[in-house]
Amino acid sequence: MKKLLTYMKGYKKQCFLAPLFKMLEALFELFIPLVVASIIDVGIANGDTSYIAWCCVIMVALGAIGLTCTLFAQYFSAYAAVGFVSGIKHGLFKHVSSLSYSEIDTLGTSTLITRMTSDINQVQTGVNLTLRLFMRSPVIVFGAMIMAFIVDVNASLIFVVTIPLLAAVVFGIILSTIPLYKRVQSKLDDTLHTSRENLTGARVIRAFGLEEKEKAKFHRQTEDLNKGQKLVGRISAIMNPATFAIVNISIAILIWRGAIQVNYGNLTQGQVIALYNYMSQILIELIKLANLIVTMTKAVACANRIESVFEVKPSQESGTLKSGGNEGEPTVEFKDVFLRYAGSPEYTLESISFTAMQGERIGIIGGTGSGKSSLINLIGRFYDCEKGQVLIEGNDAREYDLEYLRESIGIVPQRAVLFRGTVRDNLKWGNKNASDAEILEAIATAQATDVLESKSEGLDFVIEEGGKNLSGGQRQRYTIARALVKKPKILILDDSSSALDYATDAKLRHAIGAMEHKPTTFIVSQRTASLQGCDRIIVLDDGKMVGIGTHEELLALCPVYQEIYNSQFKEDVQ
Amino acid sequence: MKKMQLSSVKRVFKYIKKYTFLLILSILLAVVTVGFTLYIPIVIGDAIDQIVGKGNVDFQIVGSLLLRVGIIAVGIAILQWVMSIINNRITYNVTRDVRNDAFNKLEKLPLSYIDSHPYGEIVSRMISDVDQMAEGLLLGFTQFFTGIATIIGTLIFMLFLSPIITVVVVVLTPLSLVVASFISKRTYSLFKKQSEARAEQTAIIGESIGNLKVVKAFSHEDESLEDFDKSNEELKRASVKAIFFSSLVNPTTRFINALVYAGVALVGALVVMGSFGTAITVGALSCFLSYANQYAKPFNEISSVVTELQNALACGGRVFELIDEKEQVPDKEDALALSDAQGEVVLDNVSFSYTPDKELIRDLSLRVNRGQRVAIVGPTGCGKTTLINLLMRFYDVNNGSISVDGTDIRDITRHSLRSSYGMVLQDTWLMGGTVKENIALGKPDATDEEIIEAAKAAHAHSFIKRLPKGYDTVISDELGGLSQGQKQLLCISRIMLSLPPMLILDEATSSIDTRTELKIQNAFASLMLGRTSFVVAHRLSTIKEADVILVMNKGNIVEQGNHRELIERKGFYYELYNSQFENCEEH
Repeated sequence: MKKLLTYMKGYKKQCFLAPLFKMLEALFELFIPLVVASIIDVGIANGDTSYIAWCCVIMVALGAIGLTCTLFAQYFSAYAAVGFVSGIKHGLFKHVSSLSYSEIDTLGTSTLITRMTSDINQVQTGVNLTLRLFMRSPVIVFGAMIMAFIVDVNASLIFVVTIPLLAAVVFGIILSTIPLYKRVQSKLDDTLHTSRENLTGARVIRAFGLEEKEKAKFHRQTEDLNKGQKLVGRISAIMNPATFAIVNISIAILIWRGAIQVNYGNLTQGQVIALYNYMSQILIELIKLANLIVTMTKAVACANRIESVFEVKPSQESGTLKSGGNEGEPTVEFKDVFLRYAGSPEYTLESISFTAMQGERIGIIGGTGSGKSSLINLIGRFYDCEKGQVLIEGNDAREYDLEYLRESIGIVPQRAVLFRGTVRDNLKWGNKNASDAEILEAIATAQATDVLESKSEGLDFVIEEGGKNLSGGQRQRYTIARALVKKPKILILDDSSSALDYATDAKLRHAIGAMEHKPTTFIVSQRTASLQGCDRIIVLDDGKMVGIGTHEELLALCPVYQEIYNSQFKEDVQ
Repeated sequence: MKKMQLSSVKRVFKYIKKYTFLLILSILLAVVTVGFTLYIPIVIGDAIDQIVGKGNVDFQIVGSLLLRVGIIAVGIAILQWVMSIINNRITYNVTRDVRNDAFNKLEKLPLSYIDSHPYGEIVSRMISDVDQMAEGLLLGFTQFFTGIATIIGTLIFMLFLSPIITVVVVVLTPLSLVVASFISKRTYSLFKKQSEARAEQTAIIGESIGNLKVVKAFSHEDESLEDFDKSNEELKRASVKAIFFSSLVNPTTRFINALVYAGVALVGALVVMGSFGTAITVGALSCFLSYANQYAKPFNEISSVVTELQNALACGGRVFELIDEKEQVPDKEDALALSDAQGEVVLDNVSFSYTPDKELIRDLSLRVNRGQRVAIVGPTGCGKTTLINLLMRFYDVNNGSISVDGTDIRDITRHSLRSSYGMVLQDTWLMGGTVKENIALGKPDATDEEIIEAAKAAHAHSFIKRLPKGYDTVISDELGGLSQGQKQLLCISRIMLSLPPMLILDEATSSIDTRTELKIQNAFASLMLGRTSFVVAHRLSTIKEADVILVMNKGNIVEQGNHRELIERKGFYYELYNSQFENCEEH
């Protein structure tokens, strides 16, 4: 909470003025019953028409001043709440962008998105309401009591009983229904889940003829939900009637005690009406206050969750080196590298050593979960190894400025992700200053020319969110082109031809091999056919390197490679 | 639009009909409680009239009047509570009934509907739209009736007490309505701007943070932040305006209430003094003042209820649209229940298309004998799964016919046809539940031993064993935790358990690494023995042994024959096959 409050700094004035103006409005409101009392006691009693008229003018004036005060208060609180929150959002976005892969894994992107959207909106609502109501409601509730005391303490003692009693009922009901509402919500989520499941799994459910069973399940869930809703409804329905009864009984007692004081001559008839009005005022404000406190606790919980994201520090520090190493050094060298992910008891990679010279083509193969992607993630220093060393052009990867290092690497990730914007915008991710000619060249190499030509807008074709308006294979080829636009020293293809058919895949490999600037290329694949032309192939099994060499060498010596190969070319070997 | 609303109203009433008695009771209670609620200030006024001054208080009357206030208040409280419970019961039961109907419909919708509508949209109709409708209904019940009763009741009571003051209240109160509607019209457009700005920002967050790894891989953090800040600035501007204007409603209506209050006090005081003929008492004035305080409230409530109700009806309309959706053609009454299918499948001049303007399959004829293996190959997106949709009767053919064991599949019950096939799809789908339940999907009465046996055959046993609770581990499709390959192994276990007479394998091993796949192949081979099977794969090595290969391209079957025949033909299949062995060194 504390750290977030620093974002409030620029809004100190507003945070002070908003509640102040609100309080003024409340105070003016508290004077109204007194004015009414004097209309009755002085104006009517003396038959003084102009006095009555003046009193009414005062009432209108009090209302107008109150309105003016609120306008200021509402503006200040809206301004402060929105400004505060947009400051946090900027800070949070920047902070999250600075995190390393390891922290992103631990936090999870969906959590981060929730923090930045719904959590932060809750905070905004909370701050806004707090600034607006936190002064008003207590001032009216306790102000009404104090004003009543000023009118007559003896008659007003009932306030001391009524306020805590009302508070107990209101808060008791609200607090006791919170967990019940949560249960209702989770039951609603169950029905949502079942509905979703029956859509995503429509084919399987129908294939196994499970329709009736699913119906029964859903009906059970709605019945459950119905029961939960009725229960919570029954409890929260107590609030209005109970408070109504309490207030009216209190009024009866108040008037009774007022009557006694009037009889003694300590109080006038008009003052009794004033007391009655004060009693009526507190209920609405008390309910508002209770709701405000619920909103505030929610907002504080959200704020704390947001703060916990701020507390996560990036585990990697950027180095300072902004130039490559010596000519003769290998582009990439792994020296006995061990990798372990945060929170995992076991190594994901163990004792990996190899070198890749400039322009070489390195293949990486292995089953699912064998550590292929982990290995290539070390090259761009997306993770740091626990033991050993990753050297890029002779220097430890940790010595490089991270941005410099990553600029020199072109990655095609497994999942083909594109962003909203034109094809051109997307490909310029690789190189901000790329010309159209360079972009087209990259597209040609990535075998994506036909994709480009299939849309009449060409490079100006607008890609929708998540690349929805392109097929998987089309997206994949654009992501390849995006990496190629960089003309990177190191090119990494992480199983990036999975959505391509064999023919296109082969053409792609050929085109990459023919590229002018000869990048050092890493190709991750499950298919031996895709790797046969590589200078060296690294065979991974369960995080360990079980073989390295050319296709022929491995075929002769590496049993795991043989197995993989045979599984794909069974008949040929026979 | 209006027509749709009207029909929605009719539909809602149809659902409420079951609860007519409760509804009438609720309305009755509303009238009674409102009447008594309005009566209380009058009693209090009468009491105040007995408290005139020093030594001039009639305690006996005051006492009995105040006692009456207490008793009435408690009575109202009880009635109000009963009314709320009744209202809750009506709304929640209607919600449940509507949801159940919607779900029943869901299970009968043709696959074409499900395939062509975003899941999120259908789900939101069933869940949030129904909720919104319920909320609107509940609010309608609780506030609409009581609101109207309050307005009418107050009018009657006021006229009874003093027509002149009533005129003041009736003339001034609409001001607050005018102001409120003026503000809310303004805020509507501001809110719209705000929600557009927010949607834009959410999209940016979803993209940049959801794909943060890609952003970082391209060192694109600064540019993303720039984009974000732009949207942030825009949202900030829109939000301040929207929040400020919307927060004006309460203070301005409060101010207008103060005007009404002052007006009542002024005219009331004059009436009390007898300036307008018949005088009223001070107590009656206090009663008027409390009416004046509350009179605007039901108007404001009703106006918000009206928007709420409109929204509820619109939501209801969407739900009812789903419930009214055309169902799949029901099974014929004399439809045959297929048992122990032999597996002789004949496609006779089949034509099919998803949309009328784009023909997919034309005049396809194919005869598959018992135990034969049919492979379907072709590049991505060529329509391989279409054939499966037809075989499983997820879609009906447009022309021609498909028959199993000599009977047109349209004359067979869907359930028996589908359970004769064992289907494993590329798109693995697991249902929320334990591993065991998922494997036993097609055979719920299977013993543990049978389940483990099936898992072993699918090579899933070893990884299931290592799950936290073994076969009782709860998996949820959404939660993940299992790799795509492991999910596929579970799906294969399903058919290893149910052992249906025919098989459909759509890229069934696409996510399993080739070494494990090889191990499963043997199990598949023995499973396919004697069973008619349809296999879609792009690993050509798994296809070579098929009896018939259907080569598809752009939705059509372009070639048909076995591996050797097709290679000799040097056509499309030949080209596909060769690209697998292409060696990068050659280029």
